Amino acid sequence: MTPDATDRALLRLLEQDATRPASSLGRALGLSQPATWRRIQRLEAAGVITGRRLDLDLEKLGFGVTVFLGVKLATKGRVSLEDFERAVNAIPEVQAVSLVLGLYDYRLRVVARDLTDFERVLRRRIMALPGVGDVEANVLLSEERRPGPIDLL
Amino acid sequence: MLDDIDRRLLRHLLADPALGVSALAVRAQVTGAVAARRMDRLRAAGVLKGIHAVIDWAALGWTVEVSLRFTLDKTVANAFDEFLAAAREVPEVLDIQTFLGRVDVRLSVIARDMAHYQQIYRNRILRLPHIADIEALVEVAQIKSAGNLPL
Repeated sequence: MTPDATDRALLRLLEQDATRPASSLGRALGLSQPATWRRIQRLEAAGVITGRRLDLDLEKLGFGVTVFLGVKLATKGRVSLEDFERAVNAIPEVQAVSLVLGLYDYRLRVVARDLTDFERVLRRRIMALPGVGDVEANVLLSEERRPGPIDLL
Repeated sequence: MLDDIDRRLLRHLLADPALGVSALAVRAQVTGAVAARRMDRLRAAGVLKGIHAVIDWAALGWTVEVSLRFTLDKTVANAFDEFLAAAREVPEVLDIQTFLGRVDVRLSVIARDMAHYQQIYRNRILRLPHIADIEALVEVAQIKSAGNLPL
């Protein structure tokens, strides 16, 4: 679908706060509450809005360290990707896994209480994954999500 | 500090961020009033910083996503700040992360197609200040997506 100017403004507001009620969004956009609701429904039906994302302060939740790991599989072909993926999915500290093309095979996002806890996760869990080879670690210092090119739609 | 009820609410909300307060209360087995009060408190304490709509850029025709990893020229005093300020001006940048490690900064960049990506890369990315080195990674598939925490 091609969003019009009102859809773009609506996307911008929902990207900031997805919990804002349709009545309040409508007031900001000069639309009635039902008209706003219909537009949201249309954006969802078209697959433009796929869901919601929580923004949590990890440090306040006790996770002081986030590390991105680049993992290379050591024995390609002998260990199946499925085995690796199943095992990595079962690690609670692994927040996200993606298969990438480039320097390594998988990128993992790992949370830990602190560096000592991270070392435990790395030694006991990550290094024990089937087929794991070289691992590169980068400690996350800051992270910022941008709204994206909504104005260019 | 967080107690078991807060943790339970956050666990259910992480599993399904679209839940309204009353549905969340049912799943977490607390009353609606308790859930509403706890959620307000988590927001006020800055634990829950926001709930954002997720936009599927591919559904809007932006089908290319590239992860670019930068090493910056750290001999320049303000290299990080100037790079980050310039990166914020590029609308096609979705994520900006800074690191301690082999890589300094990672940017997630989206484009309509490969030709469009080339154009953004040449005209916007390569013009960012203080770049010493760039590596590109292409994400093939998300096996597990960000969200869950061992709460």
